[in-house]
Amino acid sequence: MPALTNIAGFPILSLITWLPLVGALIIATMLRGDEETVATNARWAALWTSLLVLVLSLVLWVSFDQADPGFQFNESVIWMPEFKVGYKMGVDGISVLFVLLSTLLTPICILSAWDAIKVKVREFMMSFLILETMMVGMFCATDFVLFYMFFEGVLIPMYLIIGIWGGPRRVYAAVKFFLYTLAGSVLMLLALIAMWVQAGTTDIATLMQTAFSPHMQTWLFLAFFASFAVKVPMWPVHTWLPDAHVEAPTAGSVILAGVLLKMGAYGFLRFSVPMLPDASTYFAPFIFSLSVVAVIYTSLVALAQEDMKKLIAYSSVAHMGVVTIGIFTFNVQGISGALFQMLSHGIVASSLFLVVGVVYDRIHTREIARYGGLGDRMPGYALVFMLFMMASVGLPGTAGFIGEFLVIIGSLQVNFWLALLGGMGMILGAAYMLYLYRRIIFGRITHADLRGILDLSTREWVVFAPLIALTLWMGIYPSSFTSYFDATVGAMVQHHTAALAATTKLAGIVH
Amino acid sequence: MLYALAVFAPLAGALVSGLLGRLIGDRNAMGASILGMVVAAVCGPLAFWQLTQGAEPGVLDLGNWIESGRFHVNWALRYDTLSAVMVAMVSFVSMLIHVYSIGYMGHDARPKYRFFAYLSLFSFAMLMLVTADNLVQLFFGWEGVGLCSYLLIGYWYDRPSACAAAIKAFVVNRIADLPFAVGLALIYFKFGSLEFSSIFPAVAAHGADTYALFGTTFSSIEVIAFLLFIGAMGKSAQLGFHVWLPDAMEGPTPVSALIHAATMVTAGVFLMARMSPLMEYAPYALGFVTFIGASTALFAATIGCAQNDIKRVIAYSTCSQLGYMFAAAGVGAYQASMFHLITHAFFKALLFLSAGSVIHAMSDEQDMRNMGGLWRRIPVTCMVMWVGSLALAGIFPFAGFYSKDAIIDATFAAGTAVGYYAWVCTLLAAVLTGFYSWRLLFLTFHGKPRASAQVMAHVHESPAVMLLPLVVLAIGALVAGFGLDDYFLQAAKAAFWRGSIFTAPSNLVLVQMEVVENEIPWLPFAPTAAGVLGILIAFVMYIVNPLLPVRMAQVFGPIYRLFLNKWYFDELYDRILVQPAIRLARLLWQVGDATLIDGVPNGLAELTSDGSKQIVKLQTGSLAVYAFAMLIGVVVLVAIFMLSR
Repeated sequence: MPALTNIAGFPILSLITWLPLVGALIIATMLRGDEETVATNARWAALWTSLLVLVLSLVLWVSFDQADPGFQFNESVIWMPEFKVGYKMGVDGISVLFVLLSTLLTPICILSAWDAIKVKVREFMMSFLILETMMVGMFCATDFVLFYMFFEGVLIPMYLIIGIWGGPRRVYAAVKFFLYTLAGSVLMLLALIAMWVQAGTTDIATLMQTAFSPHMQTWLFLAFFASFAVKVPMWPVHTWLPDAHVEAPTAGSVILAGVLLKMGAYGFLRFSVPMLPDASTYFAPFIFSLSVVAVIYTSLVALAQEDMKKLIAYSSVAHMGVVTIGIFTFNVQGISGALFQMLSHGIVASSLFLVVGVVYDRIHTREIARYGGLGDRMPGYALVFMLFMMASVGLPGTAGFIGEFLVIIGSLQVNFWLALLGGMGMILGAAYMLYLYRRIIFGRITHADLRGILDLSTREWVVFAPLIALTLWMGIYPSSFTSYFDATVGAMVQHHTAALAATTKLAGIVH
Repeated sequence: MLYALAVFAPLAGALVSGLLGRLIGDRNAMGASILGMVVAAVCGPLAFWQLTQGAEPGVLDLGNWIESGRFHVNWALRYDTLSAVMVAMVSFVSMLIHVYSIGYMGHDARPKYRFFAYLSLFSFAMLMLVTADNLVQLFFGWEGVGLCSYLLIGYWYDRPSACAAAIKAFVVNRIADLPFAVGLALIYFKFGSLEFSSIFPAVAAHGADTYALFGTTFSSIEVIAFLLFIGAMGKSAQLGFHVWLPDAMEGPTPVSALIHAATMVTAGVFLMARMSPLMEYAPYALGFVTFIGASTALFAATIGCAQNDIKRVIAYSTCSQLGYMFAAAGVGAYQASMFHLITHAFFKALLFLSAGSVIHAMSDEQDMRNMGGLWRRIPVTCMVMWVGSLALAGIFPFAGFYSKDAIIDATFAAGTAVGYYAWVCTLLAAVLTGFYSWRLLFLTFHGKPRASAQVMAHVHESPAVMLLPLVVLAIGALVAGFGLDDYFLQAAKAAFWRGSIFTAPSNLVLVQMEVVENEIPWLPFAPTAAGVLGILIAFVMYIVNPLLPVRMAQVFGPIYRLFLNKWYFDELYDRILVQPAIRLARLLWQVGDATLIDGVPNGLAELTSDGSKQIVKLQTGSLAVYAFAMLIGVVVLVAIFMLSR
């Protein structure tokens, strides 16, 4: 029987998850008329659907109980009873804000694609709504099988968005994206089966309490790692990301950087760390090494880029390196910092892709050398760009600082050099971002077509306004976000310490 | 409360002029920004005055900032002598510079609201820095002033040199900020807090803590102190990190005066005084502070002697004077370093603004070789610049006489090896200070005019709105020394500082200063004598025999070129840091990513997609493959479920 004993009093998570799909179906079936009418109606239908979903998720935001570390708003429908697989939804401190991030970025993406997407508008809007269903579902699923379906399902609309509305090399990028992420998923599927065989259930909350043998943990960890590392993406499996970003339309890049990039790190937090504590500890130095390499290597590569989107894509890899460092410190500051960095990167990197999109829509090139001196013509744009650049660099008072700083605090409790080298992004990030800004905004206008370029339109201001507000809010009063995951992270760290102690004790008895 | 108003009024001014500037027009935006600053300049000194009249020090809580597990910091304003004296100085000097900017930026073709918004925003960030009650808020101000400095150096963003200088300033500072941030993390690790009120009482108890690094163990307090000092070196442009400061002169002159002389660059010195409860337990780090400070004082002075750009001379002079302040902090005479910080703010702002007045008069000429004989045409500027130089050289009764001499004496009184080293360096630097200051005065104002007749015809005294701040600062440069000496260093110091600067019981440097001054009668006169000697050398070389400098440059060719080219630091860094980083970046990208890492998947992708021939195939073919793969996955899953049931 459906158990809907949550605060909202109705299956709010399912509603948030499936409503976009309903919107997509409506767009698919109900719209009639010539192409222009359909396009316009599809845009409005998608926007209203996504806004409705956003409002619903705000209910989630207000009624979430911050003191409860466990899953809330639980829904449970028996699905395949003989396998003990259920349709189970729920959010805890770790996932609730990502649901909000997804539902916030979707209308922003739809709005940013308003004029930019001109062909197959109906299909584009449908893809985006389906994508929203998959993303939200992934963050809400508390059953592993359900999670797996959403996790894989996300790839399909994203694949289409890059492959159909992308740039000239979209085929290459889409296939690369698909190959990389699929290869990892297959291994996760194996891990899922193994866990099910061992624990007899696919309920995530139960799996978190299940003690797997250290030997088994190692194999499970590697399988998960294959899947999540690609998604993060960690060095050296990151090269699909710059290509995917470069070819994706602006809205695609925004959602890719904003939400899809968080799937890997979310997976580490949801599965690897709580379910496989011994293996996570064992592999932590390995993760740290890869992450530090990611931070330094990709920051340097970003410095050499000549394509705006590629530069920001590489900077994303570096920022996600900070996230993976934070997760594997296993202390409250490190993990909270990682979560905060994920959220802030979700806002800031998305905004930077939008910033690129603004000039791309006008001049139709992402080549940095084609710009310069925009400050004169576009003062509003220069201001918005400056704010997000500084947030990306991690200036205190903006969202970017809190996560980075907490991770440095957390990682120093592990190792001095980890903190110092992991923090190298502070320096290199400043170098590549300021260099980018200089080449685009500063200097004199040398290209004739830039002389008539227009500053931000009202629609663009509407798109940026919530992102600007959030970037500052997260920087000035981050407690209103950290309070959501403080309890859950605290419980997670305790659970991790206890699990490690139990293993040590067990080993003591055996010896 | 007055204190909070002093901090937040500039922010309000900055927001109004920055965000609404285009809407309300330049004049109103300027007015808003200056109004905010005037409010601050009234409230700040008033709050400080209240404190000297016995008001209770305290902390003004503004709200919660970051919370994560046990980690917790607030937004809060600290109200004690150290903070309040900085607030008073920063708000007052900043207000003067705002006023001066009305005149100086008058001819600038761009909209001016941007300039004033940055300037006010800078003042806010600096005030947040000095009033911070925890290290994270201090870091907020620290980075905030860095941002504004970047924005203002690059204010004329159509000049490539200004853009380059702006980026250089930000990145060099960031290099130093990383160790600083790690230092904060280490403090949290050891003390469990970043709030001053929790750290300071706990330092003594952690005195024996050790921290393992480089395969050995150090006192953790020492490691923290070193890391914090590296941060201070960046912001205060000390040896090795100094390269950004002279380039920062690309910004408009009021910016150089406010940020790169009077306030921001002193943040590192302030940090040493603020963290004195911790620094006092780190003798090795303090020795290093003195060593770097003294070396910088001498090093920068040597460069200052050979520069021809009027602003660069003053820039290197700033660098050198900051070195003095660190030298004093390192021997435990934080009071002396703070004293010099305050007096220096007056006379260095004065020198920069007068230089601005000269540049303004000379139709934007900055090369002193093209000046000379200006004193008749711009007498007020000439006079105040003399006052500033007298204060800088430490001539009685000007401000520098009290503060700089105290530093030189303190290094001697410390009685340590590094202290004597610092004494020699600072004394030599005092000779050079006298020399380069009067070289500047003689080249600019005296001798024969070397500018073209056209430029000379145009030379005019600056408007009153620029001269007034100059005169006020000149009065400050005259009276700040004897006016404040008693409170900062002499009889009234305990009642003045009220424990806001901590000195360990074993730190007797201020007592020792009086002892050695009595024991060695010539010691107190040495600094003045050094300054006068420098002035005399300059007089001989530039007035008595103007051909001498050229001949000396030929005779001492290598040394002269070393000084002229700033000891080749820029070239060195370019060769060992910048170029290799750029080359490495290209290598990693083109070989690492494109060839090595992508080699494997590219091969696979080609197999699957058959190049990038057709889109049709993507939409049908590959998607089908993908769906098929998913289907297989599900089938396998179900099959295994069935089998293992």
